[in-house]
Amino acid sequence: MLSYLIKRILATIPVMLFVAVFIFLLLRLTPGDPAAMLAGDFANDAQIAEIRAKLGLDEPLWKQFGLWISDMLRFELGESFYYKKEVSELILSRIEPTLSLSLLTIIFTVLIAVPLGTIAAYKQGSWMDRGIMGFSVLGFSLPVFVIGYGLIYVFSVQLGWLPVQGYARIADGVGEWLYRLILPAIALSVIFVAFIARMTRTSVLEVLGEDYIRTARAKGQTESRVLMRHALRNAAVPIVTVIGLAIAILIGGVVVTESVFTIPGLGLLTVEAVLNRDFPTIQAVILFFSVVYVLINLAVDVSYTLLDPRIRY
Amino acid sequence: MLHYFRRGALTGVAAAAALAVGLAVSTPAAQAETTLRVVPHSGLKILDPIWTTAYITRNHGYMIYDTLFTLDPDGNIQPQMVDEVTTSDDGLTVTMTLRDGLKWHDGADVTAEDTVASIERWASKDAMGQKMMQFVDSLEATDAKTMTFNLNTATGLIQLALAKPSSNVPFMMPARIAATPGDEQIEEYIGSGPFMFNNEEWEPGTKVVYEKFDDYVPRDEPTNGLAGAKVAKVDRVEWTPIRDIQQAVNAITAGEVDIIESVPPDLLPILNDGGEAYTMVYNPSGLQYTFRYNVLHPPFDNPAVRQALLYAFNQEDFLQAAIGDENYFQTCKAMFVCGLPFETDAHMDGLLESNFAKAREILQEAGYDGTPVVLMHSTNLPILTNLAPVAKDLMEAVGLNVDMQSMDWSTLVARRSKKDAPADGGWNAFLTAWDAGDLFNPLAMAFLNSGCDKALFGWPCDEQIEKLRDDFARAGSFDEQKQIVEALQARWVEYPTHIHLGQFNTPTALRNDVKGMLEAGVPVFWNISKGE
Amino acid sequence: MAAVDQSPFRQTLGRVFSNTSVLIGGGLALVIVLIGLLAPYLDTRDPAGISPANRNKPPGFETTVRDYDTGQKIPVTYRMGSDTLGRDIYSRVVYGARTSLIVGVSVAAIAIFLGTLIGLLAGYFRWADGIIMRIMDGMMAIPAILLAIAVVSLFSAGLLSVIIAIVVSEIPRVVRLVRSVVLSIREEPYVEAAITAGTPTPTLLMRHVLPNTLAPLIVQGTFIVASAIIVEAILSFLGIGIPPDIPTWGNIMAEGRQVFQLHPHNILYPGAILGLTVLAVNILGDGLRDTMDPRFSKRV
Repeated sequence: MLSYLIKRILATIPVMLFVAVFIFLLLRLTPGDPAAMLAGDFANDAQIAEIRAKLGLDEPLWKQFGLWISDMLRFELGESFYYKKEVSELILSRIEPTLSLSLLTIIFTVLIAVPLGTIAAYKQGSWMDRGIMGFSVLGFSLPVFVIGYGLIYVFSVQLGWLPVQGYARIADGVGEWLYRLILPAIALSVIFVAFIARMTRTSVLEVLGEDYIRTARAKGQTESRVLMRHALRNAAVPIVTVIGLAIAILIGGVVVTESVFTIPGLGLLTVEAVLNRDFPTIQAVILFFSVVYVLINLAVDVSYTLLDPRIRY
Repeated sequence: MLHYFRRGALTGVAAAAALAVGLAVSTPAAQAETTLRVVPHSGLKILDPIWTTAYITRNHGYMIYDTLFTLDPDGNIQPQMVDEVTTSDDGLTVTMTLRDGLKWHDGADVTAEDTVASIERWASKDAMGQKMMQFVDSLEATDAKTMTFNLNTATGLIQLALAKPSSNVPFMMPARIAATPGDEQIEEYIGSGPFMFNNEEWEPGTKVVYEKFDDYVPRDEPTNGLAGAKVAKVDRVEWTPIRDIQQAVNAITAGEVDIIESVPPDLLPILNDGGEAYTMVYNPSGLQYTFRYNVLHPPFDNPAVRQALLYAFNQEDFLQAAIGDENYFQTCKAMFVCGLPFETDAHMDGLLESNFAKAREILQEAGYDGTPVVLMHSTNLPILTNLAPVAKDLMEAVGLNVDMQSMDWSTLVARRSKKDAPADGGWNAFLTAWDAGDLFNPLAMAFLNSGCDKALFGWPCDEQIEKLRDDFARAGSFDEQKQIVEALQARWVEYPTHIHLGQFNTPTALRNDVKGMLEAGVPVFWNISKGE
Repeated sequence: MAAVDQSPFRQTLGRVFSNTSVLIGGGLALVIVLIGLLAPYLDTRDPAGISPANRNKPPGFETTVRDYDTGQKIPVTYRMGSDTLGRDIYSRVVYGARTSLIVGVSVAAIAIFLGTLIGLLAGYFRWADGIIMRIMDGMMAIPAILLAIAVVSLFSAGLLSVIIAIVVSEIPRVVRLVRSVVLSIREEPYVEAAITAGTPTPTLLMRHVLPNTLAPLIVQGTFIVASAIIVEAILSFLGIGIPPDIPTWGNIMAEGRQVFQLHPHNILYPGAILGLTVLAVNILGDGLRDTMDPRFSKRV
């Protein structure tokens, strides 16, 4: 298993490399002077020349890439010309809201989706199953900002129970933090609930057909015990895989949700950076999200080899 | 089920949180520090009020710098840092003495050398300052507290220019900072105003912190707008822009901020429902919406085509679309702002009334050939967003081809300084707003400057307008000045430089316990108290 | 017997058109397409026509507007209310269907065309496979919306740049799908026989490989339409997509944001129809997948 792990970890290196090349080329290969683009609209010629020198734009492309990647590896992401701050500093200061929102979303998702999927599988063909699956298609189709505004309209504008927008740092009190994150996390979790409930149903259905489940039932174990001990546990592997896939959607969803609820996280930073054509920040944030995404997928792969010792490569 | 879950979870958590907060608050503090939390109209990124004309930087200037003179709310010139002014009998020598006790934030005394250097730097940038300097043969610090102006012609312009209340305001800085060339930004932020700039806590565009300057000596006269005593009544002022104004309105109701500098009237119902805040207007003369032509390129290189728009446009449509609440706008045909001394609607008959037939007739006579008008539309400032579509609509109604291009404001600002043809990244027209403080006379009104290359973007080029502006600077009496203003309006109809599209105010929202905001024309934060 | 002359193609077709999901989803989608096509005839007005005096009006508001040419007052009804410029939300929503459909369909067509080309290359030529698939892995490591945002940020806002941006983010999925089909087809005895018989590669690909990719591609194409519509709406909603003067559902919602608390109709109506459209396409896709392509019945 160790050799598999090493192989798996090594396999992410070419992927990361291509991500880096892609993001690097994105800016270099577009028409126009990358130094001028990086410098922003108000830069004078001296500033552009300075950036040009720093990026080594007169050097061959591979050398430029070397310079760039070594900067990125040292977490020197350049200076945002919009915020006039180190991008690395910006990213660090924006992580907490994004992480909070993502974690809460995952918690909600697991708490809601897994039971729903299990029930649907267990009562396959019943009205409950059909209802849950119908909801799943619906949840998959509604864009997160439509759900977000729908929820705001009902719970904030009409009922006045929850705030319309905004974020409170966890340091300012867990209650306030949770109070402001509930709606965004629910809005964001709808699509995952849809997705994961579906996957849970499929894998639980498969497992329920297996011999050992019949054996367990024959041994007279209670239904809930059968479900919890055997079915869910064995269904966990595909579910974890799906969660890995879902992280990509989560990252996209975070960008939109933070915009709807004005949560000052990395997603809002991305949008602001694009609106202000703040290229150092755009590059860095996209690279950062991609690294996170690749690492999470790595962790997911690794974790299911641990979850299910039968899987050997 | 969800309903129960949310309520249940919330009440418990909220109670715990309230308990925690209660404990924190009850810790006795030696002396409560008061902090005024302000949502400014935009983020502060440039700290040099001479280098840029951006209003946010001007407002920053009023926090930390002081001025030699200023205008009171009635438009009269009042001394601020200056104690005494004497003018020789021939009017050619003007001497100013600084008042006692003025200190820079680093503890040094304010000297005449500092103020001379500050005036020189300002005059190298500001149009009105340049005009003033044409009358000045020499400006010297004759002793630590005295400045002497030697003039070539007697003029009242010196004090008027030094009292200029809006961009660029002649703010006073220490001589070593004022030695920075006008086209470079200063790098040290020390003034002698009632608040000090906190350099450590500054996050460009995101957060600015000011602290009360304890050694500031206010004037003895009562506070009167920008004039009189400037007394800081809070210890700390924080500016934190909130991008989404709807969120800002919710935040003031929730008690998270104290003042929102500018609330779109559309959102006032939310504010009123909240009941936690009230509104006032710090700038009763308001702002003026303005349509700017670029005279370098067809079709607006032809004055007749520009004139057609004076007939095609009407102010009501623009004001309705952008402001929408009649309590906060007013149509006004006077170029130099209704309610200010040079208000006159001479030569404005029949203009700005959407007389489409007349506009079409002029266009036809002018031989308009269908050249498209590249109209820049800024989409991220709520106060401007809705203007361009109205302009497009009205221009199309009289048969102009309009190519409206959407962009954010900073892109527009970069692009408007380009003289290239519209097809090569240039432009034909855009819309903006000017503070009444920048429009109160022909010298201050930057868009009227018709000095060709020296004029602002749009580059109007007309000797007659320039001659009239020069006459205005030299005019001896108000009546004479007023006549020149009327003549200017007449010339403007023949050679339009821009179109004024009506006046508006944006209400400022303040929490109920925040009192004393001044009707100073610009948002200033002295005299404001919080609590009790 | 009657069944004898039923070709497999016809059988599939029969299955497809008797499937409830296909009928419901397809029917709904057809309605949206018709709305888009017939927009001018659905009692709409100029979707860009402003009326400053009638801004922020509630749904059902009746008033009169002045016609610029004749100067006459014309009675109008704002079925879904008006926005901050007094434009008719109903007309904008109806015309917005056009933008969404253009983006959805053209993205699907272009992504499938390019993706198939690359996928065939990767699946058939071993030497190309490694490089192509590593590049696709790299592209897929960037979350789709971020990839689209990155691409769109490099160009000026416009319909074309939005389409390009979404295509770029959809291609890797098509490539993977086509490649996997090609790989499985290669092993089939009849393909191996054809190779041994010396059939030229292009003929082989056209004859044997391409037809087999058709069914999964139609299914995948449907899902691409749905996802492209969503991504376009998201980009426009974030203010980085199609210029705001072109009515799209995302743009209408973006413009309604500032006054959402007071005038929720600007956001709720276009949001609802956007959701309905994507739902219809997804249901159609589910039905097509179940009937046409049981082998690839998992989302890729």
